[in-house]
Amino acid sequence: MKEPSIRRRIVYDKSFKIVIILLTFCSILPMLFILFFITSKGVSAINWNFLTQLPRPVGEIGGGISNAIIGTLLLIGIGTAFSVPVGILAGIFLSENRKGKLASLTRLCVETLQGVPSIVIGIIAYIWLVVSMGSFSALSGGVALGLMMLPVIITATEQTLKLIPGNLKEASLALGVSYPRTILKVILPAGVSSIVTGILLSIARVAGETAPLLFTAFGSPFMSLNILKPINSLPLMIFNYATSPYPEWHTLAWGASFALIILVLGLNLFTKIVTKRWKVQF
Amino acid sequence: MESTVLKIENFSAFFGENQVLKEVSLSIPQNRITAIMGPSGCGKTTLIRCINRMHELIPDARVSGKIFLDQEDIYATDPIIVRRQIGMVFQKPNPFPMMSIYDNVIAGYNLNGIRLAKDEKDRIVEESLRKAALWEEVKEALYRRGTFLSGGQQQRLCISRALAMGPAVLLLDEPTSALDPKATSHIEELIVQLKDTVSIILVTHNMAQAARVSDFAAFVYLGELVEFGPTGRMFTAPKDKRTEEYLTGKFG
Repeated sequence: MKEPSIRRRIVYDKSFKIVIILLTFCSILPMLFILFFITSKGVSAINWNFLTQLPRPVGEIGGGISNAIIGTLLLIGIGTAFSVPVGILAGIFLSENRKGKLASLTRLCVETLQGVPSIVIGIIAYIWLVVSMGSFSALSGGVALGLMMLPVIITATEQTLKLIPGNLKEASLALGVSYPRTILKVILPAGVSSIVTGILLSIARVAGETAPLLFTAFGSPFMSLNILKPINSLPLMIFNYATSPYPEWHTLAWGASFALIILVLGLNLFTKIVTKRWKVQF
Repeated sequence: MESTVLKIENFSAFFGENQVLKEVSLSIPQNRITAIMGPSGCGKTTLIRCINRMHELIPDARVSGKIFLDQEDIYATDPIIVRRQIGMVFQKPNPFPMMSIYDNVIAGYNLNGIRLAKDEKDRIVEESLRKAALWEEVKEALYRRGTFLSGGQQQRLCISRALAMGPAVLLLDEPTSALDPKATSHIEELIVQLKDTVSIILVTHNMAQAARVSDFAAFVYLGELVEFGPTGRMFTAPKDKRTEEYLTGKFG
């Protein structure tokens, strides 16, 4: 058998590299395109008033998105407050119990929950909270977002803790440290950077969700901090304004899209910093 | 007659149906170094993990028999109390990666929620690091992470972390098997110095190491305690044929 010539091999190597680079570039194109498009359309809408004022009725010029920004932050806050403790504890349970019926059942549920369409999550939160409490509310919207964050946080916690060397746990137990303290003070801190990363990414993921908020947070033209009242949010505002027939509302929707993209981008950058800074070297 | 710190009586250990220790009876002398020798997989590590009740952490593991620490049956005591009295150092150095050197040494107190005054902590840290012959090397870097140290230093850090709790017995599970020769001889010297403060049980599959540092030696083979006695006598005139064969390198 004759070996392929060196020349052929070099050509093959080179062309493979070029194909990889080309395809990689293709994968970042959509992101660049979205960023460019939204920036060019939205950046003109952004100014101080846009960020600090409330929306105005149709026909009036100006108006802002302050209530949507506050609303989005509040919804994310509620979702985080609810999903982080539950998610981390469930993640601990799964990493500590690799086998067992309850563990595999939980794993199955987590995987399924991850695949549930966001509109269905919205309906569930509607039935649980909106119907039973008799009003659309920020609380129900936050819970819907929390439900979407939950599987991400559980999986991130489980995967992180599984990778922590077992001898760390032994070191702690051998010092006479109780099991709960070992988990909370040794194992969790050793994985903190990856867990926080998981939480931040789950926030970035739900920050732009519209469907779960349609019949929960509902939207509102007013500034509200009451979690039992309907509340506005950036994605809801974009949805309502972009589907309206008024051109000036379209501009506001572009501006809000730009603000949302910046928020998500900022979260992602912050995540990168946290991953680097808090990394624990084993 | 040596005074005894730890008395093991008819002790057996199991993983599921598999019996890994068979009716071991052994008296560990106080303030001496007792080496536990034997080929890999013969139950040496299981034996010392039973002494600080780490064996039972493995699912399916169970034990029978008794172990007394100063007349007190450790299997009738809370494992958390037992583990504070019987320190352990593992094969691979395992300092807490998120803690500084200082916090690693004092970890036994901090993690257990035992509050100490700052100067009390400082005293324990310095004393423990001195005992582990690490103080001079790290006194300028107490607040750096323990994982920056070399392997041998990390292992001495783990020893001082165990010593900080003031244990009666220190279990060393092949503490030098992950270290280079220089670090190994450092640790061996240290072990010999430590026997004034604490009774030491040293698991090793390195016969030369057992001969160099230990006062007493136990030979464990296939879960059985074959022979126990002063190290010098055991190496020169073993009573059991299996001990002799092991020591002369016929198996193991």
